[in-house]
Amino acid sequence: MSAPSYNFAYLDEQTKRMIRRAILKAIAIPGYQVPFASREMPMPYGWGTGGVQVTASIIGPSDVLKVIDQGSDDTTNAVSIRAFFAKVARVAVTTKTREADIIQTRHRIPETPLEEGQIIVFQVPIPEPLRFLEPRETETRLMHALEDYGPMHVKLYEDIARHGHIATTYAYPVRVAGRYLMDPSPTPKFDNPKMHVSPALQLFGAGREKRIYAIPPYTEVVSLDFEDHPFEVQRFDRPCALCGASGVYLDEVLTDDRGGHMFVCSDTDHCESRRAAADGEGGA
Amino acid sequence: MNTNDAPLLVAQGVTKYYGERLACRDVSFEIHPGEVIAVVGESGSGKSTLLALLSQRLELTAGRVSYRQNGHLRDLCELSEAERRRLQRTDWGFVHQDPREGLRMNVSAGANVGERLMATGWRHYGRIRDTARDWLARVEIDDKRIDDPPRSFSGGMRQRLQIAKNLVTEPRLVFMDEPTGGLDVSVQARLLDLVRALVADLGLAAIIVTHDLAVARLLSHRILVMKDGEVIESGLTDRVLDDPSEAYTQLLVSSVLAA
Amino acid sequence: MTRKAPLIEVEGLAKSFTLHLRGGLVLPVVEGVSFSVGAGECVALGGPSGIGKSSILKAVFGNYRVDQGRIWIRDADKKVDLACAEPRSVIELRRRLIGYVSQFLRVIPRVGALDIVAASARESGATQNEALATAEGSLARLNLPERLWSLPPSTFSGGEQQRVNIARGLAGRHAVLLLDEPTASLDAQNSACVVDLIRERKHAGTAILGIFHDAAVREALVDRIVDVSAFATSRDREAAA
Repeated sequence: MSAPSYNFAYLDEQTKRMIRRAILKAIAIPGYQVPFASREMPMPYGWGTGGVQVTASIIGPSDVLKVIDQGSDDTTNAVSIRAFFAKVARVAVTTKTREADIIQTRHRIPETPLEEGQIIVFQVPIPEPLRFLEPRETETRLMHALEDYGPMHVKLYEDIARHGHIATTYAYPVRVAGRYLMDPSPTPKFDNPKMHVSPALQLFGAGREKRIYAIPPYTEVVSLDFEDHPFEVQRFDRPCALCGASGVYLDEVLTDDRGGHMFVCSDTDHCESRRAAADGEGGA
Repeated sequence: MNTNDAPLLVAQGVTKYYGERLACRDVSFEIHPGEVIAVVGESGSGKSTLLALLSQRLELTAGRVSYRQNGHLRDLCELSEAERRRLQRTDWGFVHQDPREGLRMNVSAGANVGERLMATGWRHYGRIRDTARDWLARVEIDDKRIDDPPRSFSGGMRQRLQIAKNLVTEPRLVFMDEPTGGLDVSVQARLLDLVRALVADLGLAAIIVTHDLAVARLLSHRILVMKDGEVIESGLTDRVLDDPSEAYTQLLVSSVLAA
Repeated sequence: MTRKAPLIEVEGLAKSFTLHLRGGLVLPVVEGVSFSVGAGECVALGGPSGIGKSSILKAVFGNYRVDQGRIWIRDADKKVDLACAEPRSVIELRRRLIGYVSQFLRVIPRVGALDIVAASARESGATQNEALATAEGSLARLNLPERLWSLPPSTFSGGEQQRVNIARGLAGRHAVLLLDEPTASLDAQNSACVVDLIRERKHAGTAILGIFHDAAVREALVDRIVDVSAFATSRDREAAA
């Protein structure tokens, strides 16, 4: 019995066409959630089906794909998805941000600045930034249509009242092109500034919720805040223990059973590149 | 109250049918800035329906409701949804009988009061909070409760919070649906006094639905008496209550128990 | 009689009550009532109890409807017919022109006596400070103990409530004053104080229409008596005869 053969990138051409139309619409209305007919994928909901469908619809045979999860190329999710595309699309894969045409990511934006021509695809669990305030879909749609975003600031006010500062540290809501309120996916707020006027195209796919949204290149993306409590990124009080980088997002890694830990770059490619460059110059 | 003021809200032939069933028929009146009108009647009289129709929460079957903005009267059915929401959130207030319907129960009192401000573009946390504080003081809620959610408040406190939440944008017209309903008598007295003072201080126009004639007498200048969906008598409040002309009004007035 | 136009002019007033709860029974009260009151005059409505004095007074305040007739109130250079005026006009006239002291004080919860009186002054245009000063002055002259000033009158005696009532009625400095038994429930001393206050008003040009059962008060204040029995409807006239 022969092995099953897949259409290029798993999805049939009609589905790709449908998703591309949704993507074009999303690009035309930055930050607006476009409904799409999410397909059944060979991985369960919650494992990046939205991102995979977006990538599958735009990837071409000569594209180079990078997949990261929490900034790292070698976590389970990243490895699986990379293997998936290797099998159904036979595309070249890479861990180097600079060499990728398409970067699919879960929960982080690479430290290396993206360039024109690159596309970053985000995996999104809950696309609706207002969902926890307003459970009704009918109402949130109306709120977006009417630019009725007052309640979002109520949430931020509440944070400051309770904690003295805005307590949201990831999935921090943003205003796109001065119009739509958007959830940037559960990336740390540290990464929000990277979305602002980025040369790359940013696409967001939510498989379970069946929504696609987009930020075209060079679009304004502003994080919500108050005049007297301006948006601030997280700061780390020490550099990466491996490569010495500062001003990057660090993960805490436990090194033993006795509470030993160290802070290292969450972006593994960034860390490796820095170490390779340092070695090339004859030592850190 | 300047008798030369143009009317603020004009109702003409306001009618609502649910299928064959009449809820409210042919109600017409005007309200001027600073005027308080009480709509009284028993259960099923149509008074709450009338309030919902006037405040744009329900669609009219027939008739028209017009509101004066920027000097001229606008037929409210011509408003877009965005305009209607803006109106309901800035220039109007609506105080529900059950404060839970008019408040976010799991968000702090300060956030509740500040919400309208934030919805109209206020972006300075300190100023929002200070304004919220002022209003909590005006409705006699202890400053220390500013960060507490209304879930932890008594019924009277919740109602006062709802009033503050509505008045923070200094609306010109406030709709109230049985504002003292369900409250203990002593709590009612406090609330009524507060409403009376605020309405006078702020020059608010208000339309208050109540089944309690004493509330109507205390708060309103004019009264509309409703029965079976129609206004059967209207006029100066003290006149209608002291010298009622219609049979039903006489019945209502004579039915009130004296303490 | 002053040569200036009267401040109150009642023409052909008729009043009856229809008691729907008693099968539509019609109780005629008065008809053809005509009289006037000029500035600085104190006119009393006289006649036996139940003849309709209070009804006429309430009609002049706009509290009662009338079946027929006109109630002209002079407002600067024009006159308004209160009998058919719009509610907003009536309220405006009450605020600026017409003060009313009834026999009973309708109590607003929680508001202290001083604030009740001051509110009345505020309504006719005084500033908060002026209003408070006026209120304190009145209550002091009426011998209302200072310790009561901040208390709501619901727990006061009848006489104390009446004094608050009078202070409130007079605080607005209205050009027209309607008084329904202002000295009822007052002892002789307080009665005399009230008479003084009202006399001061008279001399200031206020047109006063009232019901005074106390002969001494009538003596001191009243210029003219309008006998309401003359206007009682025929049925009542027979009964009174």
